[in-house]
Amino acid sequence: MALEAVSLDSDGLKAKAKRIRELIIKITTEAGSGHPSSSLSATEVVTALHFGGFLKLDPKSPRDPGRDRFILSKGHAVPVLYAALCERGYFTEEQIMTLRKLGSPFEGHPNAAKLPGMEASTGSLGQGLSIGLGMALGMKADKTDGHVYVLMGDGEIDEGQVWEAMAAADKYKCGNLIGIIDVNGYQQTGATDAVLDMGPLAKKCEAFGWHTLEIQGNDMNEVMDALKKAKAETGKPTCIVSHTKKGAGILPLMEKWGDTNMHGQPLSADKAKEALEYLSKA
Amino acid sequence: MASATDDRSVSTTRPMGDATRDAFGRALEALGADFPEVVVVDGDVGNSTRTEWFALKYPDRAYNVGIAEANMVGVAGGLASMGKTAVTASFACFLLNNAFDQIRMAVAYPKQNVKLVGTHAGISIGEDGASQMGVEDVGLACSLPGVTVIVTSDGQQTRAATKAMLEHKGPVYLRLGRPKAPVIYEEGAEFEIGKSIRLREGGDYTIVANGMMVSMALDAADVLAKEGIDCRVVDMHTVSPLDEQALTDAASETGGIVVAEEHLAQGGLGSRVAQFLSATIPTRMAFVNIGDTYGESGDPAGLLEKYGLTSEKVADAVRSLRG
Repeated sequence: MALEAVSLDSDGLKAKAKRIRELIIKITTEAGSGHPSSSLSATEVVTALHFGGFLKLDPKSPRDPGRDRFILSKGHAVPVLYAALCERGYFTEEQIMTLRKLGSPFEGHPNAAKLPGMEASTGSLGQGLSIGLGMALGMKADKTDGHVYVLMGDGEIDEGQVWEAMAAADKYKCGNLIGIIDVNGYQQTGATDAVLDMGPLAKKCEAFGWHTLEIQGNDMNEVMDALKKAKAETGKPTCIVSHTKKGAGILPLMEKWGDTNMHGQPLSADKAKEALEYLSKA
Repeated sequence: MASATDDRSVSTTRPMGDATRDAFGRALEALGADFPEVVVVDGDVGNSTRTEWFALKYPDRAYNVGIAEANMVGVAGGLASMGKTAVTASFACFLLNNAFDQIRMAVAYPKQNVKLVGTHAGISIGEDGASQMGVEDVGLACSLPGVTVIVTSDGQQTRAATKAMLEHKGPVYLRLGRPKAPVIYEEGAEFEIGKSIRLREGGDYTIVANGMMVSMALDAADVLAKEGIDCRVVDMHTVSPLDEQALTDAASETGGIVVAEEHLAQGGLGSRVAQFLSATIPTRMAFVNIGDTYGESGDPAGLLEKYGLTSEKVADAVRSLRG
């Protein structure tokens, strides 16, 4: 199989997102640790990238130099990436069930040296956009037509390095660089607005010279539309400010359980069972 | 631009040659044609680190991302993952101290082919003062698994090391100085990563040195020879991985080892040599370095004198091993 993107229709995308959510819950509950709620908020974006016709990849040749790149800068959400790559044919469900276990390459945060599909080692927050910028500059230098997608969290953009990268990407007019900020409203100790209010994000991105789009990031149609517009913009980098809900897909359960953040908390076996039943009826 | 202070910055009997940063800059510029995959990422100090000479010749292969070392290192990591040999340079302190976690995450942990070049290392930069002096950099670089760490002593060695660094696949830290460096090697002298150079034979003691202290070590050996003390001098230009065979030979064939470096006492060459020998051939050792302190502003020669980086101090260290 050569490099290609996978394009599912609207129903197919929704089914795939549901399947990815199931895997996120299963593997984090099996691991007994991890960040399912941060993974669930980003599920539509990651699903659209992998199954909406964007990421040109070859699971049989995962290091093909001509591939598109996806960097999960919010590395703690790696279950969504393992799940998507599992569905893409990179890994089996059995393999990713070893998440966080001793000797498993499916570490708690992406390790680029250990596992194909991990384009950058992340988990120290704020660093993915810089690495993505380097990749975008490399593509431009070699005059290849790929794209680099970097998914960031709304907490990690507290890091100044993100804005260093924003300014440099504007300087070099990296139209092949697409940043997505998963604005799920929470970081480790509380609401992002309470920890460090970054103000109007879209205006900030625009002011840094980026083509900026603002969407409801758990609405697959809006995600697809924004990614298409981002790809069509070739003169400058695009930032998609993607408003989501932490735990999207099972949020009503999280509300019932009394915690709408659940940062770094896997579901107990009982809650996971309840969540999987809930998802199957959704 | 060379100034008068550069010329008198190192107290040695040897003639002054190129500053190691200048030799690196010229070598990189010259090697650009043979290594088309080399790109340079600069944090707006290219005219100090001398990557500017490459950038002027190959503007399409050079990026200046502003005063932003964290982003600079990340961008270098990204370029390396696209198949480039990414050279990124700054003052040693701003590169290693400021962007240490970025080096860990974007270079060392994923084993990227990034060449980290730290100039203005040590206290011999002089008047700009301690905030500009990289004195922890070797310790920091050596603490990162898989990173090759090289400290060159003169212009010729730096030119050869620059080529070896570009040929080597994987992360490298190359440490360079600001002032003119005393000439140690003849033009064309060979250089191999990880293989130290025995500059002087000797059976009584061994002085293991690198960087600017190689010249001091040779001068000290001259002085000691007149006292009947026969010193071996080893240029341990690669700090990680260490040339363990040369250290084993020195420990078994001579009566003690002095390690001389322009670095803090902790974390650098001395620490590494001591750790290796204490587990293999416990050996009497003495150390010449700046100690456990930061430097200050002042003329380079005065600083080197005040902080104990002289041939006299190296000779004293050897004498301290007797009896």
